[in-house]
Amino acid sequence: MLTELSGWAITAVAVLGVLSVAAGIAVFVVDSMARATFALLASFLAVAGVLLALDLVYLAVVTALMMTIEMAIMAVFMIMFMMNPAGLMPMTMVHNAKASAVMGAGAFVVLAVGIWTIDWPTRNPPRPADSTRQLGEAIMGSHMLVMLVIGIALFATILAGTILATARGRYDRLGPGLDATHPDDPVPGGLPR
Amino acid sequence: MPEQTLAEAWGLAPAVLGVVAIGLVLGLVVAGVDRAVVSGAPRTAVEPIRSSARLLVEQRRTTLAPDRLLWRLGCAAVPALALLSLAVVPIGGRTLWSTSADLVWFNAMEALLWAAVWLVGWGPNAVHALTGGYRFLAQGLAYELPLMFALITAGLAAGSLRTTDILAAQQDLWFVVTMPVAFVVFVGSAAAFAFWGPFAAPTAADIAGGVTSELSGVDRLLVEAGRAVFLGATAAMAAALFLGGGSGPWLPGPLWHLVKTLAVVAALVWAGRRIPLLRPDRTVEVGWTVLVPLTLLQALVVAVLVLNGFYA
Repeated sequence: MLTELSGWAITAVAVLGVLSVAAGIAVFVVDSMARATFALLASFLAVAGVLLALDLVYLAVVTALMMTIEMAIMAVFMIMFMMNPAGLMPMTMVHNAKASAVMGAGAFVVLAVGIWTIDWPTRNPPRPADSTRQLGEAIMGSHMLVMLVIGIALFATILAGTILATARGRYDRLGPGLDATHPDDPVPGGLPR
Repeated sequence: MPEQTLAEAWGLAPAVLGVVAIGLVLGLVVAGVDRAVVSGAPRTAVEPIRSSARLLVEQRRTTLAPDRLLWRLGCAAVPALALLSLAVVPIGGRTLWSTSADLVWFNAMEALLWAAVWLVGWGPNAVHALTGGYRFLAQGLAYELPLMFALITAGLAAGSLRTTDILAAQQDLWFVVTMPVAFVVFVGSAAAFAFWGPFAAPTAADIAGGVTSELSGVDRLLVEAGRAVFLGATAAMAAALFLGGGSGPWLPGPLWHLVKTLAVVAALVWAGRRIPLLRPDRTVEVGWTVLVPLTLLQALVVAVLVLNGFYA
């Protein structure tokens, strides 16, 4: 498998791999929310670079796209949840250090054991002419159920997060009888409702 | 690879330099047209060149305890990403590099631009800049999905995410005929991503210039140039995705593409500068509740047409 890749690609994968781990470590070393966020983004972009070097263009750009949006949305949630929303004061980026260290080490062991003990296919199937099309057919075909379940779970998480973040409910908006003609919102919004 | 890329045709280094040069010229054209429309005097179109030169030699002004690393990073990233998005825009019928996911690449560069602009607002440790940065986040969030759907609609009709395939699919009929909503939303959302014209609330006067309030010298030049280049790249991409790129009678293909790009720039600036500044708190809701369903409907119409073999 490795022999199929050019020396150029192998070097790129190695360098970007080290970069992504280094940026990942930086997330816990820096003392500002913004720097931690963008260190994490740098780590993900390095992973996207690894995918690009492996000629998986769609996965690479979609990783970059999604992770960037995710980090930006994290900044939005930062305003909603944090005690220091602007994040301008230095603060530690480590919470619950012992338990997270145990969980991190555990995940690393499980993944490493999995990688080295799994029975990888030895025969080299021909590489698809268009990996993007192959991926689309897999997602829209045999793996559709998985994707749907993940999608709904993610959506439910987003809704739950937003509901937890907002202190106002429908009774605040529409009155105790829910019979107000116009909702009473702090930000009116642009549409006549 | 069905067709040659620019990098293969011209060699890597000349192709990259060529695309960067084209990007900078496009940016200058956008800035010049913008100046001329705002001031109403065509001779002010050279003003961007003069102010660029002035910003180049201007001394940098700084703030108290800025996050210098992230600030500089954000400022440099804005033009870099605008130029990177040009890599998948066809120039003379070829793109700098051609992948099976060109449209997603273009979109990813926009998303990264979004993060970069927030950094520009965050960096100086100043309240107006940070307010502008957060305004931009809310605005980008609202226009990201419509933009994505508009891009995907063009890919859907061509059955490919590759820009050159989309060009080839418009030999008979320009996509703007069957997807006018996607075209307008694409250009408008891209203007929102460049926080330009009616979408300039992140840099508005009510917060003393917002994101750009603390920028000076080279930093300001980089951000302003990045915005202009990105608008130019968007116009070129819109001409390629919806207006048939180089297709047209009599003139050679690249010239047609140039004419269409300039027409999009002129229309965008002319229309954009006639609309007052849109307050994000009054308009992002429109993005979510009007534009998202509209673009989805547009994609549905195109999908039905594809199934009926309309584009085949």
